[in-house]
Amino acid sequence: MTVTKTHRPALALRGVGKRFGSNQVLHNIDLEVQSSEVVCLIGPSGSGKSTLLRSMAFLEEYDDGEVFIEGQLLGWEPGLPRKRTSRAHLNKVRSTIGMVFQQFNLWPHMSVLGNVTEALIRVRRIASGEARQRGLAMLEKVGLAHKADAYPAQLSGGQQQRVAIARALAMEPHIMLFDEPTSALDPELVGEVLHVMKQLAADGMTMVVVTHEMGFAAQVADTVVFLDQGQIVARGSPQKLFHMTQHPRLQQFLQNYLDRNAFWQDMKEEATA
Amino acid sequence: MIFDPTLITERLGDISNGLLVTLETWFAGVAMGAAIGLLIAVLQVFGGAWLRALLRLYIELIRATPFLVQLFLLYYGGPSFGLELEATTAGILGLGIYGSVYFAEIFRTGFESIPKGQLEAADCLGITRLQCIWRIQLPQMLVLILPALVNLVTILCKETAVLSIITIPELTMVMTGIGSETFAFVETLLVLCVAYLVLIELSSRLGLFLERRVGRFLQRQST
Repeated sequence: MTVTKTHRPALALRGVGKRFGSNQVLHNIDLEVQSSEVVCLIGPSGSGKSTLLRSMAFLEEYDDGEVFIEGQLLGWEPGLPRKRTSRAHLNKVRSTIGMVFQQFNLWPHMSVLGNVTEALIRVRRIASGEARQRGLAMLEKVGLAHKADAYPAQLSGGQQQRVAIARALAMEPHIMLFDEPTSALDPELVGEVLHVMKQLAADGMTMVVVTHEMGFAAQVADTVVFLDQGQIVARGSPQKLFHMTQHPRLQQFLQNYLDRNAFWQDMKEEATA
Repeated sequence: MIFDPTLITERLGDISNGLLVTLETWFAGVAMGAAIGLLIAVLQVFGGAWLRALLRLYIELIRATPFLVQLFLLYYGGPSFGLELEATTAGILGLGIYGSVYFAEIFRTGFESIPKGQLEAADCLGITRLQCIWRIQLPQMLVLILPALVNLVTILCKETAVLSIITIPELTMVMTGIGSETFAFVETLLVLCVAYLVLIELSSRLGLFLERRVGRFLQRQST
Protein backbone atom coordinates (compact mmCIF):
# COMPACT_ATOMS: atom_id res chain seq x y z
CA MET A 1 0.00 0.00 0.00
CA THR A 2 1.40 3.39 -0.92
CA VAL A 3 0.79 6.47 1.13
CA THR A 4 0.43 9.54 -0.99
CA LYS A 5 1.86 12.48 0.85
CA THR A 6 -0.54 15.36 0.65
CA HIS A 7 -1.23 18.26 2.91
CA ARG A 8 -4.59 16.93 3.86
CA PRO A 9 -4.68 15.88 7.52
CA ALA A 10 -4.58 12.18 8.40
CA LEU A 11 -7.60 12.70 10.59
CA ALA A 12 -10.00 15.61 10.69
CA LEU A 13 -13.01 16.23 12.91
CA ARG A 14 -15.39 19.05 12.10
CA GLY A 15 -18.06 20.07 14.59
CA VAL A 16 -18.43 16.58 16.00
CA GLY A 17 -21.18 16.14 18.59
CA LYS A 18 -22.51 13.12 20.38
CA ARG A 19 -25.50 12.55 22.64
CA PHE A 20 -26.41 9.61 24.81
CA GLY A 21 -30.15 10.16 25.15
CA SER A 22 -30.53 13.72 26.39
CA ASN A 23 -26.98 13.84 27.68
CA GLN A 24 -24.70 15.76 25.34
CA VAL A 25 -21.27 14.14 25.80
CA LEU A 26 -19.41 15.86 22.96
CA HIS A 27 -19.92 19.47 21.81
CA ASN A 28 -18.77 20.77 18.48
CA ILE A 29 -15.33 19.18 18.43
CA ASP A 30 -12.87 20.43 15.80
CA LEU A 31 -9.59 18.59 15.61
CA GLU A 32 -6.98 17.91 12.98
CA VAL A 33 -4.27 15.32 13.24
CA GLN A 34 -1.44 15.56 10.73
CA SER A 35 0.48 12.63 9.39
CA SER A 36 3.10 11.42 11.93
CA GLU A 37 1.64 13.65 14.63
CA VAL A 38 1.10 12.28 18.13
CA VAL A 39 -1.95 13.74 19.85
CA CYS A 40 -2.74 12.98 23.47
CA LEU A 41 -6.28 13.47 24.73
CA ILE A 42 -6.37 14.22 28.44
CA GLY A 43 -9.13 15.22 30.80
CA PRO A 44 -11.09 14.13 33.85
CA SER A 45 -13.17 10.97 33.65
CA GLY A 46 -16.50 11.65 32.00
CA SER A 47 -14.99 14.45 29.94
CA GLY A 48 -15.79 12.55 26.74
CA LYS A 49 -12.26 11.77 25.65
CA SER A 50 -12.89 8.04 25.17
CA THR A 51 -16.14 8.74 23.34
CA LEU A 52 -14.26 11.14 21.10
CA LEU A 53 -11.60 8.54 20.33
CA ARG A 54 -14.20 5.84 19.70
CA SER A 55 -16.00 8.19 17.31
CA MET A 56 -12.82 8.26 15.24
CA ALA A 57 -13.31 4.53 14.60
CA PHE A 58 -17.12 4.81 14.40
CA LEU A 59 -17.40 2.54 17.42
CA GLU A 60 -19.59 5.39 18.63
CA GLU A 61 -21.87 6.84 15.98
CA TYR A 62 -21.32 10.57 16.30
CA ASP A 63 -24.52 12.57 15.87
CA ASP A 64 -23.31 15.88 14.51
CA GLY A 65 -20.45 17.00 12.36
CA GLU A 66 -18.04 14.95 10.33
CA VAL A 67 -15.03 12.72 10.84
CA PHE A 68 -12.66 12.36 7.92
CA ILE A 69 -10.08 9.59 7.77
CA GLU A 70 -7.48 10.59 5.16
CA GLY A 71 -10.09 12.74 3.48
CA GLN A 72 -12.89 10.17 3.48
CA LEU A 73 -16.06 10.72 5.49
CA LEU A 74 -16.40 8.07 8.19
CA GLY A 75 -19.60 6.16 8.84
CA TRP A 76 -22.23 8.44 7.32
CA GLU A 77 -23.29 9.11 3.78
CA PRO A 78 -22.69 12.75 2.81
CA GLY A 79 -25.70 14.98 3.39
CA LEU A 80 -28.71 14.96 5.67
CA PRO A 81 -30.72 13.24 7.00
CA ARG A 82 -28.00 10.97 8.28
CA LYS A 83 -27.77 7.56 6.73
CA ARG A 84 -25.14 4.98 7.61
CA THR A 85 -22.77 3.95 4.85
CA SER A 86 -22.62 0.29 3.95
CA ARG A 87 -20.53 -1.86 6.23
CA ALA A 88 -18.15 -2.61 3.40
CA HIS A 89 -17.56 1.10 2.84
CA LEU A 90 -17.16 1.77 6.56
CA ASN A 91 -14.56 -0.99 6.76
CA LYS A 92 -12.77 0.43 3.74
CA VAL A 93 -12.62 3.94 5.21
CA ARG A 94 -11.36 2.74 8.57
CA SER A 95 -9.01 0.12 7.16
CA THR A 96 -6.17 2.59 7.70
CA ILE A 97 -6.78 2.93 11.42
CA GLY A 98 -5.75 0.54 14.15
CA MET A 99 -7.42 0.53 17.54
CA VAL A 100 -6.01 -0.45 20.92
CA PHE A 101 -8.39 -0.81 23.86
CA GLN A 102 -8.08 -0.37 27.60
CA GLN A 103 -9.13 -3.99 28.17
CA PHE A 104 -6.89 -5.37 25.36
CA ASN A 105 -9.88 -7.29 23.90
CA LEU A 106 -7.80 -10.20 22.71
CA TRP A 107 -9.66 -13.35 21.66
CA PRO A 108 -8.89 -15.78 24.49
CA HIS A 109 -9.50 -18.99 22.51
CA MET A 110 -6.82 -18.14 19.94
CA SER A 111 -3.09 -18.26 20.43
CA VAL A 112 -1.11 -15.04 20.49
CA LEU A 113 -0.08 -15.57 16.88
CA GLY A 114 -3.64 -16.54 15.97
CA ASN A 115 -4.85 -13.21 17.34
CA VAL A 116 -2.36 -11.34 15.20
CA THR A 117 -2.94 -13.30 11.98
CA GLU A 118 -6.74 -13.68 12.15
CA ALA A 119 -7.59 -10.49 10.25
CA LEU A 120 -4.66 -10.95 7.85
CA ILE A 121 -6.08 -14.32 6.83
CA ARG A 122 -9.83 -13.60 6.97
CA VAL A 123 -9.90 -9.97 5.85
CA ARG A 124 -6.78 -9.46 3.76
CA ARG A 125 -6.95 -13.05 2.45
CA ILE A 126 -3.25 -13.57 2.91
CA ALA A 127 -2.07 -17.20 2.76
CA SER A 128 -1.54 -18.62 6.22
CA GLY A 129 2.20 -19.20 5.74
CA GLU A 130 2.82 -15.60 4.81
CA ALA A 131 0.41 -14.35 7.48
CA ARG A 132 2.43 -16.35 10.01
CA GLN A 133 5.64 -14.66 8.88
CA ARG A 134 4.07 -11.23 9.12
CA GLY A 135 2.48 -12.05 12.45
CA LEU A 136 5.80 -13.18 13.89
CA ALA A 137 7.47 -10.03 12.56
CA MET A 138 4.86 -7.90 14.33
CA LEU A 139 5.29 -9.86 17.55
CA GLU A 140 9.04 -9.36 17.20
CA LYS A 141 8.40 -5.64 17.02
CA VAL A 142 6.65 -5.67 20.40
CA GLY A 143 9.19 -8.12 21.82
CA LEU A 144 6.87 -11.11 22.10
CA ALA A 145 7.81 -13.44 19.25
CA HIS A 146 8.75 -16.07 21.84
CA LYS A 147 5.14 -16.05 23.11
CA ALA A 148 3.59 -16.74 19.69
CA ASP A 149 2.10 -20.08 20.74
CA ALA A 150 0.92 -18.99 24.19
CA TYR A 151 -2.67 -18.10 24.94
CA PRO A 152 -3.64 -14.60 26.11
CA ALA A 153 -4.51 -15.79 29.62
CA GLN A 154 -0.96 -17.06 30.02
CA LEU A 155 0.43 -13.57 29.54
CA SER A 156 0.69 -10.58 31.86
CA GLY A 157 -1.50 -7.58 31.21
CA GLY A 158 1.38 -5.65 29.71
CA GLN A 159 2.20 -8.51 27.37
CA GLN A 160 -1.44 -8.83 26.37
CA GLN A 161 -1.60 -5.16 25.51
CA ARG A 162 1.55 -5.48 23.43
CA VAL A 163 -0.06 -8.39 21.55
CA ALA A 164 -3.11 -6.18 20.97
CA ILE A 165 -0.81 -3.51 19.54
CA ALA A 166 0.85 -6.10 17.29
CA ARG A 167 -2.58 -7.29 16.17
CA ALA A 168 -3.52 -3.77 15.10
CA LEU A 169 -0.12 -3.11 13.48
CA ALA A 170 -0.32 -6.29 11.41
CA MET A 171 -2.98 -4.62 9.25
CA GLU A 172 -0.50 -1.83 8.42
CA PRO A 173 -2.60 1.08 9.65
CA HIS A 174 -1.61 4.67 9.00
CA ILE A 175 -3.22 5.92 12.18
CA MET A 176 -3.24 4.23 15.59
CA LEU A 177 -5.90 5.03 18.17
CA PHE A 178 -5.18 4.14 21.81
CA ASP A 179 -8.00 4.17 24.36
CA GLU A 180 -6.35 4.38 27.79
CA PRO A 181 -3.93 1.61 26.86
CA THR A 182 -2.25 1.43 30.27
CA SER A 183 -5.17 2.11 32.61
CA ALA A 184 -5.97 -1.56 33.22
CA LEU A 185 -2.36 -2.47 33.96
CA ASP A 186 -0.46 -2.99 37.18
CA PRO A 187 1.85 0.01 37.63
CA GLU A 188 4.97 -2.04 37.03
CA LEU A 189 3.67 -3.19 33.62
CA VAL A 190 2.84 0.26 32.31
CA GLY A 191 6.41 0.98 31.21
CA GLU A 192 6.72 -1.85 28.68
CA VAL A 193 3.57 -0.73 26.87
CA LEU A 194 4.60 2.92 26.85
CA HIS A 195 7.99 1.85 25.55
CA VAL A 196 6.39 0.17 22.53
CA MET A 197 4.22 3.22 21.95
CA LYS A 198 7.22 5.55 22.11
CA GLN A 199 8.95 3.42 19.52
CA LEU A 200 5.93 3.62 17.28
CA ALA A 201 5.88 7.39 17.62
CA ALA A 202 9.58 7.53 16.82
CA ASP A 203 8.91 5.45 13.68
CA GLY A 204 6.56 8.20 12.51
CA MET A 205 3.20 6.59 13.25
CA THR A 206 0.25 8.95 13.45
CA MET A 207 -1.22 8.41 16.89
CA VAL A 208 -4.15 9.60 18.98
CA VAL A 209 -3.84 8.50 22.59
CA VAL A 210 -6.36 8.87 25.39
CA THR A 211 -4.21 8.68 28.49
CA HIS A 212 -3.71 9.54 32.12
CA GLU A 213 0.05 9.15 31.72
CA MET A 214 1.06 12.80 31.85
CA GLY A 215 4.71 11.82 31.62
CA PHE A 216 4.08 10.08 28.32
CA ALA A 217 2.07 13.04 27.04
CA ALA A 218 4.80 15.47 28.02
CA GLN A 219 7.53 13.38 26.49
CA VAL A 220 5.97 12.01 23.29
CA ALA A 221 3.00 14.14 22.27
CA ASP A 222 3.29 16.85 19.64
CA THR A 223 -0.08 18.16 20.71
CA VAL A 224 -1.97 17.71 23.96
CA VAL A 225 -5.71 18.28 23.92
CA PHE A 226 -7.54 18.89 27.19
CA LEU A 227 -11.21 17.97 27.24
CA ASP A 228 -13.72 18.91 29.88
CA GLN A 229 -17.47 18.28 29.80
CA GLY A 230 -17.35 17.24 26.17
CA GLN A 231 -15.51 20.28 24.93
CA ILE A 232 -11.94 20.99 23.95
CA VAL A 233 -10.90 23.51 26.59
CA ALA A 234 -7.25 23.85 25.70
CA ARG A 235 -4.78 22.48 23.20
CA GLY A 236 -1.17 22.99 22.32
CA SER A 237 2.29 21.56 22.61
CA PRO A 238 2.92 19.86 25.95
CA GLN A 239 5.33 22.59 27.04
CA LYS A 240 2.73 25.22 26.33
CA LEU A 241 -0.29 23.35 27.65
CA PHE A 242 1.21 22.13 30.89
CA HIS A 243 2.09 25.71 31.75
CA MET A 244 -1.16 27.33 30.72
CA THR A 245 -2.34 29.11 33.80
CA GLN A 246 -5.25 31.00 32.36
CA HIS A 247 -7.42 27.86 32.31
CA PRO A 248 -8.63 27.19 35.86
CA ARG A 249 -10.15 23.80 34.95
CA LEU A 250 -6.93 22.62 33.32
CA GLN A 251 -4.88 23.89 36.24
CA GLN A 252 -7.13 22.07 38.69
CA PHE A 253 -6.81 18.87 36.65
CA LEU A 254 -3.05 19.09 36.46
CA GLN A 255 -2.80 20.02 40.13
CA ASN A 256 -4.69 16.86 41.09
CA TYR A 257 -2.21 14.92 39.07
CA LEU A 258 0.75 16.68 40.66
CA ASP A 259 -0.72 16.20 44.15
CA ARG A 260 -1.06 12.49 43.55
CA ASN A 261 2.60 12.29 42.68
CA ALA A 262 3.79 14.81 45.24
CA PHE A 263 4.69 12.21 47.84
CA TRP A 264 7.63 11.13 45.68
CA GLN A 265 9.06 14.57 45.98
CA ASP A 266 8.44 14.56 49.72
CA MET A 267 10.17 11.22 50.11
CA LYS A 268 13.12 12.33 48.02
CA GLU A 269 13.48 15.41 50.14
CA GLU A 270 13.28 13.34 53.29
CA ALA A 271 15.92 10.97 51.96
CA THR A 272 18.32 13.77 51.14
CA ALA A 273 17.65 15.63 54.40
CA MET B 1 -45.37 -60.21 39.27
CA ILE B 2 -43.12 -62.60 37.42
CA PHE B 3 -41.23 -61.07 34.57
CA ASP B 4 -41.52 -63.20 31.45
CA PRO B 5 -38.57 -62.42 29.21
CA THR B 6 -40.27 -63.96 26.15
CA LEU B 7 -42.51 -60.90 26.20
CA ILE B 8 -39.52 -59.02 24.95
CA THR B 9 -37.51 -61.64 23.07
CA GLU B 10 -40.43 -62.72 20.90
CA ARG B 11 -41.04 -59.15 19.78
CA LEU B 12 -37.42 -58.10 19.44
CA GLY B 13 -37.93 -57.15 15.79
CA ASP B 14 -40.77 -54.73 16.54
CA ILE B 15 -38.93 -53.31 19.50
CA SER B 16 -35.72 -52.60 17.59
CA ASN B 17 -37.76 -50.98 14.82
CA GLY B 18 -39.39 -48.81 17.46
CA LEU B 19 -35.98 -47.95 18.90
CA LEU B 20 -34.78 -46.95 15.43
CA VAL B 21 -37.77 -44.66 14.93
CA THR B 22 -37.14 -43.10 18.35
CA LEU B 23 -33.49 -42.50 17.48
CA GLU B 24 -34.41 -41.15 14.06
CA THR B 25 -36.98 -38.67 15.33
CA TRP B 26 -34.76 -37.68 18.24
CA PHE B 27 -31.65 -37.00 16.15
CA ALA B 28 -33.57 -35.31 13.35
CA GLY B 29 -35.55 -33.22 15.84
CA VAL B 30 -32.40 -32.18 17.69
CA ALA B 31 -30.60 -31.30 14.44
CA MET B 32 -33.54 -29.29 13.21
CA GLY B 33 -34.15 -27.59 16.55
CA ALA B 34 -30.48 -26.67 16.92
CA ALA B 35 -30.31 -25.29 13.37
CA ILE B 36 -33.48 -23.18 13.71
CA GLY B 37 -32.48 -22.16 17.22
CA LEU B 38 -29.06 -20.97 16.11
CA LEU B 39 -30.61 -19.05 13.24
CA ILE B 40 -33.11 -17.40 15.59
CA ALA B 41 -30.37 -16.48 18.04
CA VAL B 42 -28.17 -15.01 15.31
CA LEU B 43 -31.08 -13.00 13.90
CA GLN B 44 -31.98 -11.82 17.40
CA VAL B 45 -28.47 -10.59 18.00
CA PHE B 46 -27.99 -8.91 14.63
CA GLY B 47 -31.48 -8.31 13.27
CA GLY B 48 -33.55 -5.15 13.39
CA ALA B 49 -36.17 -4.31 16.00
CA TRP B 50 -39.11 -5.68 13.99
CA LEU B 51 -37.46 -8.99 13.29
CA ARG B 52 -36.47 -9.29 16.94
CA ALA B 53 -40.04 -8.65 18.08
CA LEU B 54 -41.34 -11.26 15.63
CA LEU B 55 -38.86 -13.87 16.82
CA ARG B 56 -39.67 -13.03 20.44
CA LEU B 57 -43.35 -13.67 19.67
CA TYR B 58 -42.51 -17.02 18.08
CA ILE B 59 -40.47 -18.02 21.12
CA GLU B 60 -43.18 -16.96 23.57
CA LEU B 61 -45.92 -18.77 21.60
CA ILE B 62 -44.03 -22.05 21.41
CA ARG B 63 -42.88 -21.85 25.01
CA ALA B 64 -46.35 -21.07 26.31
CA THR B 65 -48.13 -24.02 24.70
CA PRO B 66 -47.82 -27.75 25.49
CA PHE B 67 -45.84 -29.89 23.07
CA LEU B 68 -48.77 -32.27 22.77
CA VAL B 69 -51.10 -29.49 21.65
CA GLN B 70 -48.54 -28.25 19.12
CA LEU B 71 -48.28 -31.75 17.69
CA PHE B 72 -52.07 -32.10 17.42
CA LEU B 73 -52.24 -28.75 15.67
CA LEU B 74 -49.51 -29.68 13.25
CA TYR B 75 -50.68 -33.21 12.43
CA TYR B 76 -54.46 -33.12 12.80
CA GLY B 77 -54.96 -29.39 12.31
CA GLY B 78 -52.39 -29.11 9.51
CA PRO B 79 -54.68 -30.36 6.70
CA SER B 80 -57.14 -27.51 7.35
CA PHE B 81 -54.26 -25.11 6.54
CA GLY B 82 -53.32 -27.19 3.48
CA LEU B 83 -50.45 -28.84 5.34
CA GLU B 84 -50.66 -32.60 4.98
CA LEU B 85 -47.71 -34.34 6.53
CA GLU B 86 -46.77 -37.93 7.15
CA ALA B 87 -46.81 -38.75 10.82
CA THR B 88 -43.03 -39.10 11.12
CA THR B 89 -42.40 -35.89 9.20
CA ALA B 90 -44.90 -34.05 11.37
CA GLY B 91 -43.27 -35.55 14.45
CA ILE B 92 -39.77 -34.45 13.49
CA LEU B 93 -41.00 -31.01 12.47
CA GLY B 94 -42.95 -30.66 15.71
CA LEU B 95 -40.00 -31.75 17.83
CA GLY B 96 -37.70 -29.42 15.87
CA ILE B 97 -39.98 -26.41 16.34
CA TYR B 98 -40.56 -27.20 20.00
CA GLY B 99 -36.83 -27.61 20.62
CA SER B 100 -35.84 -24.60 18.52
CA VAL B 101 -37.04 -22.02 21.03
CA TYR B 102 -35.06 -23.58 23.86
CA PHE B 103 -32.00 -23.93 21.63
CA ALA B 104 -32.49 -20.28 20.63
CA GLU B 105 -32.52 -19.13 24.26
CA ILE B 106 -29.39 -21.12 25.06
CA PHE B 107 -27.55 -19.77 22.00
CA ARG B 108 -28.71 -16.21 22.75
CA THR B 109 -27.31 -16.29 26.27
CA GLY B 110 -24.16 -17.75 24.73
CA PHE B 111 -23.82 -14.87 22.29
CA GLU B 112 -24.43 -12.37 25.08
CA SER B 113 -21.73 -13.94 27.23
CA ILE B 114 -18.92 -12.89 24.88
CA PRO B 115 -17.55 -9.49 25.95
CA LYS B 116 -18.53 -6.71 23.56
CA GLY B 117 -14.96 -5.46 23.38
CA GLN B 118 -13.83 -8.61 21.57
CA LEU B 119 -16.37 -7.86 18.87
CA GLU B 120 -15.33 -4.21 18.66
CA ALA B 121 -11.75 -5.31 18.16
CA ALA B 122 -12.86 -7.62 15.34
CA ASP B 123 -15.01 -4.85 13.90
CA CYS B 124 -12.08 -2.42 13.77
CA LEU B 125 -10.01 -4.98 11.90
CA GLY B 126 -12.66 -5.38 9.21
CA ILE B 127 -13.77 -8.84 10.30
CA THR B 128 -17.37 -9.39 9.16
CA ARG B 129 -20.20 -10.26 11.51
CA LEU B 130 -20.54 -13.74 10.08
CA GLN B 131 -16.82 -14.39 10.52
CA CYS B 132 -17.19 -13.03 14.02
CA ILE B 133 -19.92 -15.54 14.81
CA TRP B 134 -18.03 -18.51 13.43
CA ARG B 135 -14.50 -17.66 14.46
CA ILE B 136 -14.89 -15.73 17.69
CA GLN B 137 -18.28 -16.16 19.31
CA LEU B 138 -19.30 -19.77 18.64
CA PRO B 139 -16.00 -21.42 19.64
CA GLN B 140 -16.01 -19.57 22.96
CA MET B 141 -19.68 -19.86 23.77
CA LEU B 142 -19.97 -23.58 23.00
CA VAL B 143 -17.70 -24.13 25.97
CA LEU B 144 -20.12 -22.27 28.20
CA ILE B 145 -23.43 -23.59 26.88
CA LEU B 146 -22.46 -27.25 26.48
CA PRO B 147 -24.09 -28.43 29.75
CA ALA B 148 -27.33 -26.64 28.87
CA LEU B 149 -27.26 -28.13 25.36
CA VAL B 150 -26.76 -31.67 26.68
CA ASN B 151 -29.63 -31.13 29.11
CA LEU B 152 -31.94 -30.03 26.30
CA VAL B 153 -30.92 -32.96 24.11
CA THR B 154 -31.88 -35.43 26.86
CA ILE B 155 -35.22 -33.68 27.38
CA LEU B 156 -35.95 -33.95 23.66
CA CYS B 157 -35.12 -37.67 23.82
CA LYS B 158 -37.90 -38.17 26.34
CA GLU B 159 -40.30 -35.94 24.44
CA THR B 160 -40.19 -38.38 21.50
CA ALA B 161 -42.51 -40.55 23.61
CA VAL B 162 -45.25 -37.99 22.97
CA LEU B 163 -44.98 -38.73 19.23
CA SER B 164 -46.79 -42.04 19.84
CA ILE B 165 -49.98 -39.95 20.15
CA ILE B 166 -49.82 -39.09 16.45
CA THR B 167 -49.36 -42.75 15.44
CA ILE B 168 -45.60 -42.71 15.00
CA PRO B 169 -44.38 -46.27 15.66
CA GLU B 170 -41.57 -45.27 18.01
CA LEU B 171 -40.50 -47.14 21.11
CA THR B 172 -43.28 -45.98 23.44
CA MET B 173 -45.96 -46.87 20.86
CA VAL B 174 -44.45 -50.31 20.32
CA MET B 175 -44.05 -51.11 24.00
CA THR B 176 -47.49 -49.90 25.06
CA GLY B 177 -48.86 -51.87 22.12
CA ILE B 178 -47.22 -55.05 23.36
CA GLY B 179 -48.50 -54.21 26.84
CA SER B 180 -52.11 -53.98 25.77
CA GLU B 181 -51.90 -57.12 23.64
CA THR B 182 -50.44 -59.24 26.44
CA PHE B 183 -51.84 -57.36 29.45
CA ALA B 184 -48.26 -57.21 30.77
CA PHE B 185 -48.47 -53.44 31.24
CA VAL B 186 -46.05 -53.10 34.09
CA GLU B 187 -43.31 -55.22 32.55
CA THR B 188 -43.41 -53.47 29.21
CA LEU B 189 -43.45 -50.03 30.79
CA LEU B 190 -40.52 -50.94 33.01
CA VAL B 191 -38.53 -52.13 30.02
CA LEU B 192 -39.49 -48.90 28.26
CA CYS B 193 -38.17 -46.87 31.20
CA VAL B 194 -34.89 -48.77 31.15
CA ALA B 195 -34.55 -48.14 27.41
CA TYR B 196 -34.93 -44.36 27.87
CA LEU B 197 -32.61 -44.49 30.86
CA VAL B 198 -29.93 -46.11 28.71
CA LEU B 199 -30.36 -43.56 25.91
CA ILE B 200 -30.18 -40.62 28.32
CA GLU B 201 -27.24 -42.12 30.17
CA LEU B 202 -25.38 -42.53 26.89
CA SER B 203 -25.99 -38.95 25.84
CA SER B 204 -24.99 -37.65 29.29
CA ARG B 205 -21.78 -39.64 29.06
CA LEU B 206 -21.09 -38.18 25.65
CA GLY B 207 -21.78 -34.76 27.10
CA LEU B 208 -19.37 -35.35 29.98
CA PHE B 209 -16.72 -36.53 27.56
CA LEU B 210 -17.14 -33.37 25.50
CA GLU B 211 -17.05 -31.23 28.64
CA ARG B 212 -13.77 -32.84 29.60
CA ARG B 213 -12.36 -32.13 26.16
CA VAL B 214 -13.55 -28.59 26.51
CA GLY B 215 -12.10 -28.52 30.02
CA ARG B 216 -8.69 -29.28 28.56
CA PHE B 217 -9.16 -26.31 26.27
CA LEU B 218 -9.99 -24.13 29.26
CA GLN B 219 -6.99 -25.39 31.20
CA ARG B 220 -4.76 -24.54 28.28
CA GLN B 221 -6.14 -21.04 28.51
CA SER B 222 -5.49 -20.51 32.17
CA THR B 223 -2.21 -22.23 32.97
